[in-house]
Amino acid sequence: MDFIIEGFRKAFILILNLDAELLGIILLSLKVSGTALLIAALIGIPLSAVIGLKNFPAKGFIISLMNTFMGLPPVVVGLFIFMLLSRAGPFGFMELLYTPSAMIIAQTILAFPIVASLCHSAIVGVNPIIKQASMTLGATPFQVAITIIKEARYGIMSGVIAALGRLMAEVGAILIVGGNIAGYTRVMTTTIAMETGKGDFELALALGIILLTISLFINAVLYFIQKKGIVKK
Amino acid sequence: MRLKGFFLLTLILLTFIVSIAFAETRIRLVSTTSTQDSGLFEHILPVFEKRTGIKVDVVAVGTGAAIEIGKRGDADVAFVHARELELEAVKDGYFVNRHDVMYNDFVIIGPTNDPAAIKGTKSATEAFKKIREGGYLFVSRGDRSGTHTKELSLWKKTGIEPKGQKWYLEVGQGMAITQRIANEKRAYTLTDRGTWLAAKDRERLEMIIVLEGDPLLFNQYGVMAVNPQKHKHIKYKEAMGFINWLISKEGQHTIASFKDKHGNQLFMPNAKTGNGQ
Repeated sequence: MDFIIEGFRKAFILILNLDAELLGIILLSLKVSGTALLIAALIGIPLSAVIGLKNFPAKGFIISLMNTFMGLPPVVVGLFIFMLLSRAGPFGFMELLYTPSAMIIAQTILAFPIVASLCHSAIVGVNPIIKQASMTLGATPFQVAITIIKEARYGIMSGVIAALGRLMAEVGAILIVGGNIAGYTRVMTTTIAMETGKGDFELALALGIILLTISLFINAVLYFIQKKGIVKK
Repeated sequence: MRLKGFFLLTLILLTFIVSIAFAETRIRLVSTTSTQDSGLFEHILPVFEKRTGIKVDVVAVGTGAAIEIGKRGDADVAFVHARELELEAVKDGYFVNRHDVMYNDFVIIGPTNDPAAIKGTKSATEAFKKIREGGYLFVSRGDRSGTHTKELSLWKKTGIEPKGQKWYLEVGQGMAITQRIANEKRAYTLTDRGTWLAAKDRERLEMIIVLEGDPLLFNQYGVMAVNPQKHKHIKYKEAMGFINWLISKEGQHTIASFKDKHGNQLFMPNAKTGNGQ
């Protein structure tokens, strides 16, 4: 019991002193997950609008596929990207393995189905009268899409933030493709895994507390957005 | 319907009770990633398990963490390679009956073209200086393992402080992953020979041994039981069974017969039976 209390005490001291190393780890986490999320959103939102508003063959299959990939195990994604980027693999010449770029690629793949799937639900959920009304008013298909995305913005934001939560907490994929190199590819979750393995619980705990705090903040924002969306309706 | 449910429940309960009653004895062995990655345990443990009926569960972490786990009583026996740390832990009363078991050696590996021109150098410290002077990448375990401890002692001998340098990459992971990262980064690293031999073909590493044979690179493995006086729940008897088997003629012979697929012997047994510390 003592070592838990002692661990927490030292963890709080570490957080209060927030040294350059700890700060670097936190910033890298935010940078990697943030960039991955941005890329996933830039592709995912327009794509989900297309899938939601247009009719085409195999539409149901694609939606099911997206929903399945929402639960993609990070280690499998890590393994897959690892094999592609390794020197022995097809993209080895790009020398991307064990760099932050490789981590961003892996996390983008993890975030994409979540963003696409949740945005798709939000877009499909928009009252069909809006689509009809804007079409009657002479909107082009592109303008219709913009109107509907605007209307579904709360749901879309929820999807994006849910994906961010998953990325921040993810360890399997980024450990495999990033390699946990100090000051270069070492992020919060991989540090926690490593420090726990070393038997150094203080830093692991400190990062755990920070990670939970960020998570809490993200979820508070999510709650706020969702509440605003409900009130508006 | 109710009767059926009752029977089912009884059946399930009975299965539990029977399985507990006939459960095999298990001990937890905490060891190092380099030993695990070499494949040694898959070779020796089945022989031990067949002889004694004791099942050995291996937890592989760095030597530093392995000793910590043992100190906390989360394992029954430790099989590691950092003699000074082991003897210290024995002196502090956390472990008992430490024995030398076997040895191999460390080697410095690097890119096939050896950009730092280490090949031909005889001493490990000389090699480390060359890496530093040229600013060639060096991947460090950085996980307080036996290999990491050895590496740090070598840097100390050269008078270089590598931590925080641009060319010094600390990964905080096991030996096989560290080699893989060195391979991808075209970097040098210090590895135990066992893991190197086990991985170089399997992973098609584009690396070679650039330095070997320096007496500084000797790597002794030791085994010790967690002190049952500190942790009452420890399976001391079974742990001692394992230790005694490991240093017995049969155990030592089994270690010697462990070879990679090219027939290289990976560990040299050197236990002095009955000479524990």
